[in-house]
Amino acid sequence: MTRAYPLSLVSAAFRAAGHNEAFKSTRVASMADGTRGNKGERKEPPDDEAALSARLQRLGDRLATANRPSENDFSPRQTADASAFARGFRLSTELVAGVVVGALIGWLLDRWLGISPWGLIVFLLLGFAAGVLNVMRAAGVVRDNNLTD
Amino acid sequence: MAIDPIEQFQVISLFPIAKIGHTEIAFTNSAAFMLAAVVGITAFLVIGTAKRSLVPSRLQSAAELSYEFVASTVRSTAGSEGMKFFPFVFTLFMFILTVNMIGLVPYTFTVTSHIIVTAALAITVFLTVLIYGLWRHGLHFFNLFVPKGVPIYILPLIVFIEILSFVSRPISHSVRLFANMLAGHITLQVFAGFIILMGGAMGALGWAGGVLPFAMIVILMALETLVAFLQAYVFAILTCIYLNDAIHPGH
Repeated sequence: MTRAYPLSLVSAAFRAAGHNEAFKSTRVASMADGTRGNKGERKEPPDDEAALSARLQRLGDRLATANRPSENDFSPRQTADASAFARGFRLSTELVAGVVVGALIGWLLDRWLGISPWGLIVFLLLGFAAGVLNVMRAAGVVRDNNLTD
Repeated sequence: MAIDPIEQFQVISLFPIAKIGHTEIAFTNSAAFMLAAVVGITAFLVIGTAKRSLVPSRLQSAAELSYEFVASTVRSTAGSEGMKFFPFVFTLFMFILTVNMIGLVPYTFTVTSHIIVTAALAITVFLTVLIYGLWRHGLHFFNLFVPKGVPIYILPLIVFIEILSFVSRPISHSVRLFANMLAGHITLQVFAGFIILMGGAMGALGWAGGVLPFAMIVILMALETLVAFLQAYVFAILTCIYLNDAIHPGH
């Protein structure tokens, strides 16, 4: 689990900052082009060509992803998935938080209203449902209600 | 020789500031590290942006990068309207990041490994969302709890679940950061303790064998650096997602 961690983290973390990166690599690419043209001699033309086109392809992709969020303003959740580890941790805390809040409210209601144990039973179940809802939202299975319209 | 992995989280009173009733308000090591983080961030940004040169120096580009990074996070999650909360999110992100990073230095204190600190931050976010949402949209804000297209006979149940889901946010928000930092630092301390234990028990052979846990510490340290950054980022982005609810509650 931890092995895939650094790469996905870095890519996710800098996806947002991809703008700068992308511009930098355009500059680098064009500079490389210029010097190559002057010399007029290539050591490994096919490899170089492939590398350049691959790089341009990557640049295009990166520009596309970098530009997308500013155009349509509502695309949360995607960037939140920084890595599998963080994601897993996020999902588990969401579930636990729902259950804990439900249990707490139920217990307090029991104490205040003297309806023990019904408050705890009902709110524990509701809390579990809320936890599952949290998890499904965080995982992107269910869309947020404010995104549906 | 016993090594207590919890000892590093002790809050020590450095000097008393005031006394309210019987409660003494003291300047603790926790407060000292928070102050150090704030001073550090302020110095970094003020010095970094002082010159405003066209070709940025290293410090300036680092300051600009941190601005760009948080700004694009806010824009992509909460929309351009969310940019009015940029100072808030930027402060949270920089504070948590700096405090986490300072905590990685041996013999320092990790402020975010205390739930009271992360809970205070999460509750601040929660109240900001609640108060801003109510101020901006009035009772319309509660539409957040009423999803559309739900049959009327299960609507009360769904509303309860939605409210619980909303109330559980500050808990998951704070526990995530706190638990990550706590677990990471305990793991580091336990592995470091192995070296001392082995050296104490087996002499030279033990010290030589200590290379193995030490290698583990090096790997864990890299992981913890990532976690320190990632948790600050996750905290910031979740803040943005919650703020997005306050700005656009279900229309």
